[in-house]
Amino acid sequence: MEEDFQKQIKLLGRLLMTFVLLLAFIIGGVLYLKNNPDVLKSTESHETFPTTETIVVELNAEIIAQSGFINDPGVAQVIQNCTQCHSAKLVTQNRMSKEGWEATITWMQETQNLWDLGANQEKIVSYLAKNYGPQRKGRRQNLTDVEWYELK
Amino acid sequence: MNRRKFISKTSLSALAAQLGLDLVFGQRLPDGYPPLGIQDPDPFQLFKKDREMIVLNDRPLNMEAKAHLLNDKITPNRRMFIRNNGIIPKKIDAQQWALKIDGESVHRTKTYYLNELKSRFKHHTYQLTLECGGNGRSEFDPPAKGNQWTVGAVSCARWTGIRLRDVLEDVGLNPNAVYIGYHGVDTHLSGDPTKAPISRGVPLSKAMQDETLLAFRMNGDDIPLVHGHPLRLVCGGWPASASGKWITRISVRDQIHDGPKMGGSSYRVPCESVAPGSEVAAENMCVIESMPVKSLITHPKSGALIQKGSTLKIKGHAWAGELEVSKMHYSIDFGSTWQNCTLEKPVNRLAWQHFSAEINFPKKGYYEVWARAVDTNGKSQPMVLPGWNPKGYLNNACHRIAIKVV
Repeated sequence: MEEDFQKQIKLLGRLLMTFVLLLAFIIGGVLYLKNNPDVLKSTESHETFPTTETIVVELNAEIIAQSGFINDPGVAQVIQNCTQCHSAKLVTQNRMSKEGWEATITWMQETQNLWDLGANQEKIVSYLAKNYGPQRKGRRQNLTDVEWYELK
Repeated sequence: MNRRKFISKTSLSALAAQLGLDLVFGQRLPDGYPPLGIQDPDPFQLFKKDREMIVLNDRPLNMEAKAHLLNDKITPNRRMFIRNNGIIPKKIDAQQWALKIDGESVHRTKTYYLNELKSRFKHHTYQLTLECGGNGRSEFDPPAKGNQWTVGAVSCARWTGIRLRDVLEDVGLNPNAVYIGYHGVDTHLSGDPTKAPISRGVPLSKAMQDETLLAFRMNGDDIPLVHGHPLRLVCGGWPASASGKWITRISVRDQIHDGPKMGGSSYRVPCESVAPGSEVAAENMCVIESMPVKSLITHPKSGALIQKGSTLKIKGHAWAGELEVSKMHYSIDFGSTWQNCTLEKPVNRLAWQHFSAEINFPKKGYYEVWARAVDTNGKSQPMVLPGWNPKGYLNNACHRIAIKVV
């Protein structure tokens, strides 16, 4: 009798423990989803890249070289914000002043779904104006990069 | 935002590849299967382009020819420039393709299947010059924003289709019709399905010209995908952006069409000329219509070394938007004196014209051969950059090649 009673107590204890653990798991799961609502969304979605966050993944020199951008402070912010919709080439083939790059960013935000760049904007603009600033060309340049060959 | 989520958000593969992450389970990849990150297709192979073409931008894809690649009298696909504002459509069903004609100024909206358009309306073939409005932008100072085209964003292929006029007349237009605007199925770079990358158009007078085609063939074959298969508009002599690709709808408007790339500084220039670098308000900008007179020396390639005493034969093409080229000149003394080239008549209106000349150089040295066309209104190409405009359109400064006599 006494043994049976102790067995039943143990069983009840285990059952209770299981319920507590299950409850804790469910509450934990709900809380996680509440804080990370994106985990259930398809990763294919084309929603706009979010918000004003300024976290930047550090990139190594090789990756920066592959990107086609000049390696200079701000390049990580540029790669991570400016190559989501278009390639690096659309940036690197252009030359603009600080005001020009700023106006381009504003235009992209107003008409092309570019997100708010937050604190990154200043770094991006100074990087672009320094490395891709205008050069004086005058009204006509010399013919350059001529590859000489014998015409038969 | 954490690193993993950041990576999963990248819509295309390029960044993941750039991030240079370890390839977990890389050893299990089947042979010959490149990881998605480096599956960016080779545009030369994909669109059958000459390997000497220049990619200005790979997303969106923009590619130009070099002058010497354009020597063919009829531009073949492999040497035709590519201009995209958005993403090229991936799936095209020509059998189910339909064109809707709507807008404020039609009697009623009407939809035609492509097969019906082909069978009901008479076919016409014209060789038509298409030049990007921004061809030559790379020379602007202060620089202008956009793809930095040099000289190769021009082509003259044979387009076969039906006249837009025949279709518009079949639909029936109201007297208030002044403009048409096209709508295609290319998608916006941001991936936003509600945004069109481009929707431009032309005044009704241009839409009603004999040569304005709803085209379905190029150089005798189906139009290549990248150039607008299965149906595109071709408005020869105007900025090529007026010739919409992959079109499914044409709106007949009672006002200047107001789709994306019709306003602001897009394909518009100051109505009155401005000093280089000026700010120009939107209301002082006018839509570009006919392209200006221009020419290109397509033979020889710049950089030729020739023997003293030998004769250099040059060849090229000249075009003048809505007009014809009436005279063609060359100079070997930096524009001090000009000689005549032999100039052929166009095969039809709005097709480029071929020129040639034989040049004898007086002594050894470095020369530049400059080419200058004159249109039927007496306007000729400038030797330096023409009027500056914010987006760097309409650079028709004379083309130059370098020659050394040795």
